[in-house]
Amino acid sequence: MSTPETLLSVEGLSKSYGGVHAVRNVSFSLKAGEILALIGPNGAGKSTCFDMLNGQNLPDSGRIHLLGRDTVGEKPRAIWRLGVGRTFQITATFPTMTVRENVQVALVSHQRQLFNFFASTPKFARDEAGQLLDLVGMGGYAERPCGELAYGDLKRLELAVALANEPKLLLMDEPTAGMAPRERIDLMRLTARIAREKSIGVLFTEHDMDVVFEHADRILVLNRGSLIAEGSPEQVRANPQVRAVYLGEGLVYDARHRDGAHA
Amino acid sequence: MAFYVVQFLTGLASAASLFLMASGLSIIFGVTRIVNFAHGAFYMIGAYVAFTLTERFSGALGFWGGIVAAALVVALLGVLVEMVLLRRIYHSPELFQLLATFGLTLMVQDLVVLIWGPDDLVGRRAPGFKGAVDFFGQAIPSYDLFLIVLSPVVLGILYLLFQRTRWGILVRAATQDRDMVAALGVNQKWLFTSVFAVGVFLAALGGALQIPRDAVHHAMDLRIIVEVFVVVVIGGLGSIIGAFVAAVLVSELNAFGILIFPKISIILVFLVMAVVLIVRPWGLFGKPEAPARRSPGLTVNPWRPLTSGERLASLAALAIAALLPFFVGNYALSVGSEIAIFVIFAVSLHFLMSVGGLASFGHAAYFGLGAYGVAFLAKMAGLPMIVSLSLGPLLGCLGAAVFGFFCVQLSGVYFAMLTLAFAQIVWSIAFQWVAVTGGDNGILGVWPDKWAASPSSFYWLSLGIAALAVVILRIIVFSPFGYALRATRDSMLRSEAIGINAKRMQWTAFVIAGTVAGVAGALFAFLKGSVFPDNMGIPLSVDALVMVLLGGVETVSGAVIGAIVFKAANIWLVSQTDWSKLVLGAFIVLIVVAFPKGIVGTLEALISRRKSASAKPLVTRIETAE
Repeated sequence: MSTPETLLSVEGLSKSYGGVHAVRNVSFSLKAGEILALIGPNGAGKSTCFDMLNGQNLPDSGRIHLLGRDTVGEKPRAIWRLGVGRTFQITATFPTMTVRENVQVALVSHQRQLFNFFASTPKFARDEAGQLLDLVGMGGYAERPCGELAYGDLKRLELAVALANEPKLLLMDEPTAGMAPRERIDLMRLTARIAREKSIGVLFTEHDMDVVFEHADRILVLNRGSLIAEGSPEQVRANPQVRAVYLGEGLVYDARHRDGAHA
Repeated sequence: MAFYVVQFLTGLASAASLFLMASGLSIIFGVTRIVNFAHGAFYMIGAYVAFTLTERFSGALGFWGGIVAAALVVALLGVLVEMVLLRRIYHSPELFQLLATFGLTLMVQDLVVLIWGPDDLVGRRAPGFKGAVDFFGQAIPSYDLFLIVLSPVVLGILYLLFQRTRWGILVRAATQDRDMVAALGVNQKWLFTSVFAVGVFLAALGGALQIPRDAVHHAMDLRIIVEVFVVVVIGGLGSIIGAFVAAVLVSELNAFGILIFPKISIILVFLVMAVVLIVRPWGLFGKPEAPARRSPGLTVNPWRPLTSGERLASLAALAIAALLPFFVGNYALSVGSEIAIFVIFAVSLHFLMSVGGLASFGHAAYFGLGAYGVAFLAKMAGLPMIVSLSLGPLLGCLGAAVFGFFCVQLSGVYFAMLTLAFAQIVWSIAFQWVAVTGGDNGILGVWPDKWAASPSSFYWLSLGIAALAVVILRIIVFSPFGYALRATRDSMLRSEAIGINAKRMQWTAFVIAGTVAGVAGALFAFLKGSVFPDNMGIPLSVDALVMVLLGGVETVSGAVIGAIVFKAANIWLVSQTDWSKLVLGAFIVLIVVAFPKGIVGTLEALISRRKSASAKPLVTRIETAE
């Protein structure tokens, strides 16, 4: 078996906002079929990192190679055309359309029919849209107005939309944020299954450690803009620096207990 | 040389009123997020009240007391308006807020005529500033010098007010994040009311201070509000310094534009505005706005193509309309043709607004361009009707392509203001460039060829083209392009993330809408046999907005019904009352406050409620800000 191709490689990525180093010299890479989690406490720079990968934000320095191309300075829509699907922390869908139509619009764009003034969109690529919805378990909701879906269903719809351009890479910013625990596990299992079947690389950020440790092949840990650990779930779990970041250094806790002992 | 210096000083003096207006508009927008269209109306009332106070009560107050008292009285009126009307629409979409305040403007235009009469009123000179100062042989009115000094003084006072008082801090805080200010326990109601009062005070003061320079008349509101929009677009909405700099810039451009392009001086302002928008889309001192809340957002019922039954019903309605010439007289037929033409106009705007989410306040520009296009071809080039009718709308298309390019760089209220400003510029060109357009006298004698000359054949022609326009636009609404356009309206973030270039979609939509409006204008020129600058005036743009609103913004073809009802009511109303603007204005305010879904939208909601009551409980919810 040949080694899977590298989908994404990031070198020396940095970004600061008025003296605050949001992201400092971050480098990593991602291979096809690999599920990579980017974790870290609030304010660690995860979202900034994500926005730069997606083209919503321009890095101060560093290189981003997506699917063999330097994408620094490219617009999100250009990055999507390369074969990158994207889901958002707060879902972004089209509330005035039905569930199927949401997917159909993405298919319209993928098939470069945006300036087609004559065809009927409700009949456009209906089967493909149906297959994508079946894939994420939303086939039964195809005719429902998107505006009245429950949040967990919106997240699944977003996944279907993100898969519409047959992506090689999925960027998912907190895919399970705002969902019930049960739904979180289902959604990530679904994502992982699709990713493995289609050999799609997935990069996701997440706060739910159950989700992260169950599915990630590899984990990157960011703290204060810098990459402090990288490795398999076991390695990261055992890393003392990561524990310090997540559980605190114990300075305040220990001190208080010492004080308590004296009192 | 002295001449240029005097010209410069005259420009600076004119900047005073503009600055007072623009800063008031900016302050109100900063806190309440409402672009107060009625600002021009308050300016005008300020001038009228000041006229009365300085003429009738000058003994008690003196001239200067009268000016300040006028501004205070109008500010109180502003408080009343804020409490009665604006508080009800703070959470409505921007379009509705603009329309409601425009409705007020219309009402005020008739009210001032009712109270003060239709004639221009010439106020007295300011005591102490009656003479002129001699400057190397050129006379400068000393009142101008007073105004030149006044602007920086007001700027300084505003600065101190915002930097040094508790109220000013609250206002600045609310401008940044009003939810946070509310969360901190500030009584937002009174903050909003007081801010509105201050903004109105500034506008009224600007109007009152104009009376020694200019006659007071009942059309001064629209003229100034357009200039003020240009000023805030250039300076940046929400920035007082921006308002100051841009007011000076625009006034100077006006003062010197007359020397460079005597016929079409406004071109210069337009060019500068275009450059500013390309370099800094948020104005010289403005900050980029966070994405606006979704503009329509009243329902979540997805649109569907007509069922075959509905298609048959529409065809039947069309057939009945086509039979009309066998039953009614010539006058009714010409009314029918006019209604058909306005159906075309309304659906073109509706396409832009409801599918593209772009509420244009200057759509009449493209209607008028189409009309002038026809007039040029038919009257001056002597082309046959069918050729002029096909080519004339291309002028609307061209105008929409040029102006639309700039407009779609902006969104929300900026978009609305810019479309309005462009429309006013086009109107001014038609008005001022007498050699080509005939100016106020228009172009007469644009009559249809023999085959379409009889009222019934012209009616059939209009009806046919209207039906065609509605069908074509419906096809586009449900085409991939229409969906992608709606996608940019629904979620800019998501549409960009699936490869849609929103600006390009919106620009295309703007050109389509402008071209269809041009078709309506072209037909209108033949119907009336003449073309006037009023064919592209602001009132016509607003008529179109009301038609769309009346039919229902959230519907696919509500504008058809809206146009028929509005136009028929309008024609009837004008024949019944002299105060049609007052009635129309009140009507607009009423729809916005009580009836925001329009006729078709309300019917659809009723039908879907009935359907769901029988089938399953449907979750209807109102989309709010994300």
